[in-house]
Amino acid sequence: MSTDTVDKDKRRFLVASTSVVGAVGAGFVAVPFVASWMPSERAKNAGAPVEADISRLEEGRMMTVEWQSKPVWIVRRSEKTVADLESNNANLRDPASDNVDQQPEYAKNQHRSIKPEILVLVGICTHLGCSPTFRPDIAPADLGENWLGGFFCPCHSSRFDMAGRVFQGVPAPTNLSVPPHYYVSDNVILVGKDGGNA
Amino acid sequence: MKKHILILLLAIFPAISFAASSAHLDTAPIDIHDKDSIKRGAKTFADYCYSCHSAGFMRFNRIAKDMDMSDDEIREMMIFTRDKKGEVTKVGDLMNVAMSTDYAKGAFGGPVPDLSLTARSRGANWLYTYLRTFYADEGRPSGMNNTTFPDVGMPHVLWEQQGIKKPVYVTEEHAGVSVKRIESFDTVQAGSMTEEEYDAFVADLVNFMVYVAEPVQVERRELGVYVLIYLAIFFVFAYLLKKEYWKDVH
Amino acid sequence: MGKLIGWIDDRFPLSKMWNEHLAEYYAPKNFNFWYFFGSLALLVLVIQIVSGIFLTMHYKPDGASAFASVEYIMRDVPYGWLIRYIHSTGATAFFIVVYLHMFRGLMYGSYKQPRELIWLFGMFIYLALMAEAFMGYLLPWGQMSYWGAQVIISLFSAIPVIGDDLTLWIRGDFVISDATLNRFFALHVIALPFVIVFLVIAHILALHEVGSNNPDGVEIKKNKDPVTHIPLDGIPFHPYYSVKDIVGVVAFLFFFSVVLFYFPEGGGYFLEHANFIASDPLKTPEHIAPVWYFTPFYAILRAVPDKLMGVGAMGAAIVLLFFLPWIDRCKVKSIRYRSGIYKANLVTFVVSFVVLGWLAMQPVNATITLMSQVFSFLYFAFFVVLYVTSKNEQTKPVPDRVTS
Repeated sequence: MSTDTVDKDKRRFLVASTSVVGAVGAGFVAVPFVASWMPSERAKNAGAPVEADISRLEEGRMMTVEWQSKPVWIVRRSEKTVADLESNNANLRDPASDNVDQQPEYAKNQHRSIKPEILVLVGICTHLGCSPTFRPDIAPADLGENWLGGFFCPCHSSRFDMAGRVFQGVPAPTNLSVPPHYYVSDNVILVGKDGGNA
Repeated sequence: MKKHILILLLAIFPAISFAASSAHLDTAPIDIHDKDSIKRGAKTFADYCYSCHSAGFMRFNRIAKDMDMSDDEIREMMIFTRDKKGEVTKVGDLMNVAMSTDYAKGAFGGPVPDLSLTARSRGANWLYTYLRTFYADEGRPSGMNNTTFPDVGMPHVLWEQQGIKKPVYVTEEHAGVSVKRIESFDTVQAGSMTEEEYDAFVADLVNFMVYVAEPVQVERRELGVYVLIYLAIFFVFAYLLKKEYWKDVH
Repeated sequence: MGKLIGWIDDRFPLSKMWNEHLAEYYAPKNFNFWYFFGSLALLVLVIQIVSGIFLTMHYKPDGASAFASVEYIMRDVPYGWLIRYIHSTGATAFFIVVYLHMFRGLMYGSYKQPRELIWLFGMFIYLALMAEAFMGYLLPWGQMSYWGAQVIISLFSAIPVIGDDLTLWIRGDFVISDATLNRFFALHVIALPFVIVFLVIAHILALHEVGSNNPDGVEIKKNKDPVTHIPLDGIPFHPYYSVKDIVGVVAFLFFFSVVLFYFPEGGGYFLEHANFIASDPLKTPEHIAPVWYFTPFYAILRAVPDKLMGVGAMGAAIVLLFFLPWIDRCKVKSIRYRSGIYKANLVTFVVSFVVLGWLAMQPVNATITLMSQVFSFLYFAFFVVLYVTSKNEQTKPVPDRVTS
């Protein structure tokens, strides 16, 4: 064993190059294992867009459909409720829906919806993922005199108005999100997909 | 002693392997890369098989994706059903059928097997042969029998295409008992297809079933090429590294 | 970096372990091809554990949904098919590698004094591996899974008096059922992997305690440098054998990938055709054969016309291997310096093992049964001949130092 004649540079180069090639291989091996955690075809199918028929939804009432295993609320608001939305603006974090992640472009307006009276929201609190309660009643004892109807999260007391906009001074950071949706016909909404005539 | 046994062994091996193979099967002329053939097979499957047989591990949109079809095209071609809740079948749904096991037992004498994996359990050649060896047999409830799958419960769904064949029997004596054996077939009613057309028609269907049994197989072989090329390159580096270090030892 | 290692070394024997097992573990410099299979077995163990963990994330150990969940993995889970084929191909690769590793031990007398415990740990690994593979094969819940398990579990019913109650206890039901599947899943996924990993650690620790054997069967520790006390024929495992094993690993992965990507069913031997049909307790497949790695022992079982004796013979075929260090009484280790009788005996043994494996996959008839009996006899004859001839074997002189 003589180590005098060792070409150290060559050795260093070979160690480095073999390590790099090996590391690249290890990286590729990781791909299928990491990818296997992504939603399967079954999950994707279960999360496919769902149709909601709102023909029997009465004014002031809310219905819930399931999309991607999440509750999606559809509320038919009265004209007065829509008109009153503006009066909350001063107390909200993001009254003009400037956070583009929380709604599609077509819902960036005062009423946060395609049709003014029909509100479509993902019913998951933006704080820590609880599902808030629908509280359309005006000025109830527990929510105070200024409450004009909206959503209240029982987990950490976050409050949202009748357009899903978050109030100041509560833990939730952003407005409730509006899912992509469009009107297939006057009374049928497809939740989960942009498009149509919206 | 050992040598004798080896010779004995060599003599017996081929004899046994021949004895083990059962009924003759034709080789299915299929090409898993031929998407047009698979699409034609899918259409045949949808029109003739899928009313009774499910392919319950397969999703419609998987076929669409693999065969470069749009969701609307696959819907047009294969989806005629509604699900259990009465809602329109989605393109991402599994290819289940509505027929209940009890109904199938009454109609065909047993449950109708799911066809997702039949090409893997039976083999393509078996399917190709089976679908071409129906013959008229008045003794059977459906009036048809099959030489590849004797006394099968399934009727000959494709008789309009193939026509109907009637067997010509010969009687043989075996140990004093006379046994009826099929010698050849006569066509008693011509089908809408010639024999060549029918064979190609069945081959497309079998091609589709082979695809459905393992939809990833084309992708699998393609990915394998890259993996092997990578390993060959890695081998060169690893070998040079080893050689360099082992200069110390030699 | 050096500081960090120093910090760790004050609290955990990191450098000490590195040196003891790699950088200053002196292995004989004359390892040949056969010495790749130890590290490859370790590699396959890691492959099986990693792919297995990912399979459990999607698999359902439930009689009603197990079969469908495997097809779900094959079709709906992103790259699930790849992970599943890695695991199924890995099972076959594990046995190929382990059989070659054991054969190496037989050739070069690696089980002999002072390495008897290494051999025993190895045999226990092999036994645990068979249990692991058998229980894993039930999980796809196809026809072969079901009926194969039915047959193997019924072997226990051959045991007098308690046999029937024992099989009932193993199954947890009157036939193989959801209960059996669920407990086999637990054993396959948690219990046996633990056992195997601990045994592998024991196997390696014992090896590193006495040092590796080599193709010459020479103890390299007998010739040490008077100053450094390093064996003259030894070279540090790292870097010499680590770089060499990388070459072996890449070559192995090449063959592994060829099977994985082009022959995952192994012509029906790795994934049996009937296992693509969901299990049906009312209908036995026409032809039942165990997966290839069990077939030699299955052939011995079938060769004996008596149930209890058959199970006994099969058990003996495995148990005898445990006693090899004491059955072989020859002082010379390597086949290179042993007699022609030993060489012929070993060849007969390997041929019998392979032929028995083939025989078990054939449908039974008179010829097959006769051949199974002949080769079972030859299999056992190996041990008898070895015991008788090894005491006063005509051996060649063993060199003091390793050759080449």
